[in-house]
Amino acid sequence: MIETVYPKGKLVAKTGNEVMAEAMRQIEPDVVAAYPITPATEILQIFSQFVADGVVKSEYIPVESEHSAMSATIAASAAGARAMTGTSSQGLCFMWEMLYIASGLRLPIVMAEVNRAISAPLNIHGDQSDTMGARDSGWIQIYSENSQEAYDNMIQATRIAEKAKIPVLVTTDGFIISHCMEVVELYPDADVKAFVGEYKPERYLLDTKKPYTLGSIDLQDYYFEHRFQLAEAMRNAKNVILDVAKDFEKSFGRKYDLCEEYMLSDAEIAIVIIGSTAGTAKVVVQELREKGIKAGLLKIRAYRPFPVEQVTKGLKHIKAVAVMDRADSCSGAFAPLYSDVVSSLYATGVTSLKVVNYIYGLGGREINIRHISDVYETLIKIATGSEKPSSQVRYINVREK
Amino acid sequence: MSAKMIEVRWHGRGGQGAKTAALLFAEAVLATGKYVQAFPEYGPERMGAPVQSFNRVSENPITVHSGVTNPNYVVILDPSLMESVLVTDGVGKVGKVIVNTSFSAKEIANKLGIDGSQVYVVNASKIALETIGKNIPNTPMLGALVKVVGTLDINGVLEDTKDKLTAKFRHKPEVIDGNLTSIKRAFDEVKN
Repeated sequence: MIETVYPKGKLVAKTGNEVMAEAMRQIEPDVVAAYPITPATEILQIFSQFVADGVVKSEYIPVESEHSAMSATIAASAAGARAMTGTSSQGLCFMWEMLYIASGLRLPIVMAEVNRAISAPLNIHGDQSDTMGARDSGWIQIYSENSQEAYDNMIQATRIAEKAKIPVLVTTDGFIISHCMEVVELYPDADVKAFVGEYKPERYLLDTKKPYTLGSIDLQDYYFEHRFQLAEAMRNAKNVILDVAKDFEKSFGRKYDLCEEYMLSDAEIAIVIIGSTAGTAKVVVQELREKGIKAGLLKIRAYRPFPVEQVTKGLKHIKAVAVMDRADSCSGAFAPLYSDVVSSLYATGVTSLKVVNYIYGLGGREINIRHISDVYETLIKIATGSEKPSSQVRYINVREK
Repeated sequence: MSAKMIEVRWHGRGGQGAKTAALLFAEAVLATGKYVQAFPEYGPERMGAPVQSFNRVSENPITVHSGVTNPNYVVILDPSLMESVLVTDGVGKVGKVIVNTSFSAKEIANKLGIDGSQVYVVNASKIALETIGKNIPNTPMLGALVKVVGTLDINGVLEDTKDKLTAKFRHKPEVIDGNLTSIKRAFDEVKN
């Protein structure tokens, strides 16, 4: 019989989209502005129903495009409201210039994002190309392995954004999690509301007693300092994420960190991965452990800010590592996560391990236990010296010819 | 896959409720205290096109998030799919196939080219017509699946389904009774 982690929790069978909408209902932001897009549509559809039914007092603005969705969310946040939105793929792309404005103005917006491939060719399925493309936009990025994490991450995101004064996007893998019904523990409304707390912005545009200017021109004399402050705030956000995680554990019993180490401390080979496939890889790690093979896994939860110290600490004793990216930079070099992991290791002086890069699952392409087992097989060979690590990115389950 | 995990694949046609069946099954199984997953395969969203959906059931948390390739149970809502879709894919020598049909298990086994011991049949369309008044075979097939799996509690499934339907069809009690009777009848009538 399944039991709840939190004594007052309730077990339900819900999809990733349903629990993200549920978190939004419980947080009850002042304003939500959105334009629906597959596979994130349900999140906003369900939330707009809450608004229509009077379940929440939030103002819902059904806008005419994602650019407008982000603009309206920015305006609401600047005015002093707790503001949220949700999107996916092309929708996130269409928000592009406004993403940078949200972070540049230091607005604590929270976005429910469902990872989906980018056109062309047209594809509605899950990969992480959309948010990986936004990795330099100054948004905190928190990825979820499953629906429980999506729900918990949304609840934590509001506090992280408001403390760090940086917008946060929380993601799930499109269809794989967004449309997968699984067992999730929900917490009572009052307890979530108490955890999230009331939003009291230090400064906001509608505060007529303390008028201030936001979004003005900022040339050679101060632009650089403001961008430095944003970068510095992003570095400091690691501690904010950890503090909120600690409080969350105290409140609801579930432990979160910047990364999750799975059987990593004594491992000799390991995979670094983000999102739902981490769960599939955990099954492979268990199977290998039963055979006496010291396999481990490092799952990145907070990709921005990138947890340099935790990644280095987690991997420094490993002999061979495969970094698995569900996005391709088309850089002619390596994929995003690999570049971040390798530069973290190198900058910290950890150069003894062999690190290879794999790209998998673009456009929702199947990635299963067999594929991941093959990666670990290769890592065993690299660790024992019987195979030379590839100096180029390799692709899983793709027709290369 | 872990020996304790049960994997199910539903075959239907767009509009027949294969996705709904997988979701209802997941909710009902959670009510009996097990971990579950339910997910559809998103392909052509057209009425009548072949569609699939999937379930996983386990005593332990389910972390795997890949497709189901070797189902322990295959449920076929529309027998005409046996002509056009490889419904026995990945079933092997031990997987069980439950078919909504008026033919016998032996006849279906011959048609599918698998052992008779792997095939279960129930006339879910007839049950649905007689109990719900419409040819919606997905709810009766839930009952058939629960019976064939064997380790699930039919009363827990019925109670959960009753709660779900009561919330949705409060003003149409005949829909609730019809669906519950259809599940119970298919549970009793499914045979090898």
